[in-house]
Amino acid sequence: MSKENSKLSYLTNGIIKENPVLRLVLGTCPTLAVTTAAFNGLGMGLAATFVLICSNIAISALRKVIPDKVRLPAYITVIATFVTIVQMLVQAYVQDLYSALGVYLPLIVVNCIILGRAEMFASKHNVVESALDGLGMGIGFTFTLLLMSSVREILGNGSLFGITIIPEQIDRISIMTTPPGGFLTFGMLMALVIFLETKMGQKKKRAIGCEGCPSAANCQSKGACN
Amino acid sequence: MAAKLAYIFFSMILVNNYVLVKFLGICPFLGVSKKLDSAFGMSCAVIFVMTLATAVTWPVQQLLDTFGLGYLQTIVFILIIAVLVQLVEVIMKKYMPPLHKALGVYLPLITTNCAVLGVTILNIDNGYNFAESIFCALGAGFGFMLAMVLFSGVRKRLEDAKPPKCFEGLPITLVAAAFTSISFMGFGGIIENIFKV
Repeated sequence: MSKENSKLSYLTNGIIKENPVLRLVLGTCPTLAVTTAAFNGLGMGLAATFVLICSNIAISALRKVIPDKVRLPAYITVIATFVTIVQMLVQAYVQDLYSALGVYLPLIVVNCIILGRAEMFASKHNVVESALDGLGMGIGFTFTLLLMSSVREILGNGSLFGITIIPEQIDRISIMTTPPGGFLTFGMLMALVIFLETKMGQKKKRAIGCEGCPSAANCQSKGACN
Repeated sequence: MAAKLAYIFFSMILVNNYVLVKFLGICPFLGVSKKLDSAFGMSCAVIFVMTLATAVTWPVQQLLDTFGLGYLQTIVFILIIAVLVQLVEVIMKKYMPPLHKALGVYLPLITTNCAVLGVTILNIDNGYNFAESIFCALGAGFGFMLAMVLFSGVRKRLEDAKPPKCFEGLPITLVAAAFTSISFMGFGGIIENIFKV
């Protein structure tokens, strides 16, 4: 029984307890950049989830083969391969999303959630656990992006997934779909999460700087971010 | 030609600022901007690596295109950047110790910085020629520096402020970033009119 439970906990871990964006503060750039419309947020989340699951599986399967010294370049190459596959798939089948995400699609390579999970999880766990972890983290990421992009699209554009839901007579808060709106929404959402955490007595320290960084263990620049 | 280059350079700093408008390089923007001198050092390293990476990746892309391997762009570029950063660090350590002392600590952080990979890919996407790409990279780097230095000033003020409990730390920093970003929105259209492009 406990075995089944722990399997499940690998999956659910990423959704709330270690939500990559809101609790671990990873992957901030795509979170801010592509969440102007719910469709883009969802697409970005799913693309990243695919890369996350595949790279977690591949890295976990190769964890005994990759020499410790060159593991980071090896991880980056594995991740870049899957990102290229996603790029090709999205370009072929979802042209709208491809043009909406633009440069942020290839930039999934440097999304620190993926490298972070490879380093912190996949390199130490077996294939099934890593796949579940990738799926859970991916769901957490997608959910957060969807939430943020829905808020921004509803307030800024009066619509959700392109369907108008707020009557035309009501003015739009157009700043919400512009870059400052991204920072503002993310800040507010983060504050809300911290508020709820304090209420439930489960406060988690958010560290920007070395403490929160997934590569801190082998970073040669240790301390530069503090 | 000169007007086009100047236009690219200044619009990258003010209108298309990488951090505040395009959201590339947010991690160092939030992480390293606490102190002015480290914000400045990090920015110098970013300008240097961005320009160098563009100078290397632009010819490589031409090579990839000749052989019909354009789809390898992402993999090749990230590896080039990773190798380049390592190489620069080794060379700097050996031949320019004072510079290494000032910038060396920030170099490894830059490999997985989305701003560097972003500028190399965007240069290709925009169809810039070599000179335009270099000026675009320089502009992106200086824009990063401007945002970092400005924001480290903002954060100094934030330290004395007393926001509501749940806004303490990261949330209030993000809200402050939103206001810094609003100020950059005001530059839209100015650069086009100055250089008449």
